[in-house]
Amino acid sequence: MAAPVLSIENLRTRFFTKRGVVRAVDGVSFAVTRGQVLGIVGESGSGKSTVGFSIMGLIDPPGRIVGGAIRLDGRDLRQLTPAEWRRVRGRRIAMIFQDPMMTLNPVLRIDTQMIEAITAHERVPRATARDRAREALGRVGIGAPDERLAAYPHELSGGMRQRVAIAIALLHRPEVIIADEPTTALDVTLQGQILAEMQTLARDSGAALVWITHDLSVVAVLANDVCVMYAGKVVEQGTVDNVLDRPLHPYTRGLIASVPSRHPPGRPLPQIPGMMPSLMQLPLGCAFRDRCTRASDTCRSDPPLYSLDERRVRCFHPHVEEDEAASASERAEEAP
Amino acid sequence: MAPGQAPAARVAADFVESRLALAGLTVLALVLLGALLAHLIAPQNPYDLAQLDVLDARLAPGAQSSDGRMRYWLGTDDQGRDVLSGILYGLRTSLGVGVSSTLAAAAIGVALGLISGYRRGRIDALVMRLVDIQLSFPAILIALVLLAALGQGIGKTIAALIAVQWAYYARTARAAALVESVKEYIEAARGLALPAWRIALAHLLPNCLPPVIVIATVQIAAAIALEATLSYLGVGVPVTEPSLGLLIKSGFDYMLAGDYWISVFPGVALVITIVSINLVGDRLRDVMNPQLRR
Amino acid sequence: MLLFVLRRLLQSIVVLLAVSGLVFAGVYAIGNPVDILISPQADQAEIARTVAALKLDRPLWEQYLAFLQHAATGDLGRSFVFDAPAIGLILERLPATLELAASATLIAVGLGIPLGLWAGIRSGSLAGKAILAGSILGFSLPTFWAGLMLILVFSVELGWLPAGGRGPTQSLFGVPVSFLSWDGLAHLVLPALNLALFKLALVIRLTRAGAREALTQDYVKFARAKGLSEARVIGVHVLKNILIPVVTVVGLEFGSLVAFAVVTETIFAWPGTGKLLIDSIGVLDRPVIVAYLLVAVTLFILINLLVDVLYSILDPRVRMAQAGG
Ligand SMILES: Nc1ncnc2c1ncn2[C@@H]1O[C@H](COP(=O)(O)OP(=O)(O)OP(=O)(O)O)[C@@H](O)[C@H]1O
Ligand SMILES: [Mg+2]
Repeated sequence: MAAPVLSIENLRTRFFTKRGVVRAVDGVSFAVTRGQVLGIVGESGSGKSTVGFSIMGLIDPPGRIVGGAIRLDGRDLRQLTPAEWRRVRGRRIAMIFQDPMMTLNPVLRIDTQMIEAITAHERVPRATARDRAREALGRVGIGAPDERLAAYPHELSGGMRQRVAIAIALLHRPEVIIADEPTTALDVTLQGQILAEMQTLARDSGAALVWITHDLSVVAVLANDVCVMYAGKVVEQGTVDNVLDRPLHPYTRGLIASVPSRHPPGRPLPQIPGMMPSLMQLPLGCAFRDRCTRASDTCRSDPPLYSLDERRVRCFHPHVEEDEAASASERAEEAP
Repeated sequence: MAPGQAPAARVAADFVESRLALAGLTVLALVLLGALLAHLIAPQNPYDLAQLDVLDARLAPGAQSSDGRMRYWLGTDDQGRDVLSGILYGLRTSLGVGVSSTLAAAAIGVALGLISGYRRGRIDALVMRLVDIQLSFPAILIALVLLAALGQGIGKTIAALIAVQWAYYARTARAAALVESVKEYIEAARGLALPAWRIALAHLLPNCLPPVIVIATVQIAAAIALEATLSYLGVGVPVTEPSLGLLIKSGFDYMLAGDYWISVFPGVALVITIVSINLVGDRLRDVMNPQLRR
Repeated sequence: MLLFVLRRLLQSIVVLLAVSGLVFAGVYAIGNPVDILISPQADQAEIARTVAALKLDRPLWEQYLAFLQHAATGDLGRSFVFDAPAIGLILERLPATLELAASATLIAVGLGIPLGLWAGIRSGSLAGKAILAGSILGFSLPTFWAGLMLILVFSVELGWLPAGGRGPTQSLFGVPVSFLSWDGLAHLVLPALNLALFKLALVIRLTRAGAREALTQDYVKFARAKGLSEARVIGVHVLKNILIPVVTVVGLEFGSLVAFAVVTETIFAWPGTGKLLIDSIGVLDRPVIVAYLLVAVTLFILINLLVDVLYSILDPRVRMAQAGG
């Protein structure tokens, strides 16, 4: 297998708020190679965006990355000076945000916001930068790019704005693109379109794509690998085929069961009972314990990340055949 | 939250979390005490001419009086008046004018605002037009012109201060009343044919109190500052009952000559008073904010 | 846009009429206009003449019309003290006041925005806290007291700057101004600073709040995600968003600067309209007071109008809304 372009090792990010320490990301590891798509799923507040912002080096105080490594082509970004990390942002790693209505500056024209993204990394004449901005808009399927360039964000629809954001992300042909639920704020038809476009664009440019979402069906069609996050930790990770077809973690199971399309119509959707605990006062042991039907006294201690047929699961009682489970606990190992 | 039940305990608990605000409150309490008890704690009655000694005029801070009976800790003015006593009595005037004008303006403004918000229609349009016009002119200008027309005097100064303040309360109370008066329980009360004034007093008033209290705190400081300014300009309170502003004015010429204390100490007292009220007001606004946004 | 300006102009005229009605009511209906508008030293014949001229013997509405007519032609009575047209006296001193107010605005914006930005971006730092504390103090210091302290420190104790007066003026397009000579500038500094103090505190607060709010916005994070330098993020993305409310407020507050110039001018013996007003109040020169009021009101209305137009130019969203409806 090719060397991963981006690999995260035991990343830990915390927010030191007045009311307590939020362990938003707590020991997350994964790797993506060029042309591959990694999906990160998890419910709201599980720390998905924080993973993305950590990779970008955009955790604002009171937040801080407290541990782990973020390797881009083998080099740990955390060792870079702020100025060096800035040169990585937008050029080698780009990010698309959740809400297109908020990502563009309301008082600056589209051309200003695109051209500055180019000149931040390359010394090119304004006219050249403008031409490239126009081309980039064309690539993401925006018609009449000259008109759009002269527009303010509020003059564009939500889908159009997200395309502008995507165009900006693609400007420098980055090696890694982090897409933080870029379609959740859009209507369903647009979602499909943008999804398909992103897939082609990423494949064509050979970028590695980290797709953050809470929607398993998106992961199913788009991703090669998937990380399932719960309360700041990865609870299960592996190839999409493995994880979605034979989920090991009870939480993954619950997630899959609550996807509408996989469920016979007319019957109430099964929901995972209860709520994710506050990341400020996580209980000792498995954070999913209180919502889990398989929980036992063992779950009062922290479950390690077990490796099981090419994937990892953080659970004492994974959904496996009994003999497999026995061998699983034998092969138990801590994540690096 | 049940309408009108100000969770005063929670507000108090939140309030004391800020040490700065607590310091402000303490200082304010001392200032109030000094003003209220001026006649008991002041070394001399500065307006009893019999107690003044012209020989003691313009003595520096810490000087002994010529009859050796007292020490002028903050010096004396041109008439031999103890500056400290003058400040304590002046505080009384300043605070009295500030507080009474604010309370009266709040009462008038809230009443008008409630009527506007509850009745709507023409009264509302008229009152709000007045509010708009008034608020588009600086308070100091309105007060100056009113006092120019009315003449000097404590009562007149209070009247002018009421005139420049009522509009804030009217606007705030109306907004609260508008929000509240469409709620179901008010409709129910209307259905019961309760008289309008009872609905207004029992239901609308409590709901507009939190923002009004916040505004009133800040406005007391503004009113004291404005009164001091007007008095300094010579259109506020009369010389017979000088406020801090007038004391400052009386010392200005001597200040240029180097005798700073006649003006400076009353000024310091004025600034301390205003700052402490503002600290309290700021904190109140912060802790009451969730209710304001309601 | 033109429609918008026209509509606002019309509104302004309505307000002006309303206020002139109030002033009229104050002078004519409540007070005795003969007392107010005619010098106490005037003799019987002169009183009769003025009464006839102002139609004081006619019904109220006719008096109002006459008052409007006079006001429209710029005749707002003669000053008792100067024995000159009141309006002329005001206009003659207006440049001094406007120069003072404009300088104060410049100080408030020029110092307030950088300080506020600093306090907003480094809100946890010592400097940030000190700036915030300073702005709280700036709000609490009455203008007149701050002026006295400026004089005490910079004129009396240090002797660096003059304590009062306007100093020499140069003519700029026929308008006398102070800032063109060193001496004039020296006279201008303290009063302008004094007048600016309160607005400075206001601008710092607005900018600080705006910066703090903008920094939490996605568009700032996205700007950083593009790899922009911190200078560009703050100087363009944050600043441009703060500028709109700050410019609006500063513009609207220009009127109150002119009003507070009354205090500053009195303290620093600055020969502007404010000092004239206080002097006139002191000697009951009522035509001048009435004239000042109407000039000030007109000025305020003009300012409000200008700010509205400026605001719609600055904020693309407002511009859109107006074009739409
Ligand atoms: N600036 C911050 N200060 C304090 N806590 C924060 C901050 N940003 C995020 N958090 C906390 O970190 C945790 C993870 O947040 P994050 O935004 O990464 O979740 P998410 O999985 O992206 O959720 P969503 O699906 O809603 O976007 C949450 O509990 C959140 O409250
Ligand atoms: Mg998120």
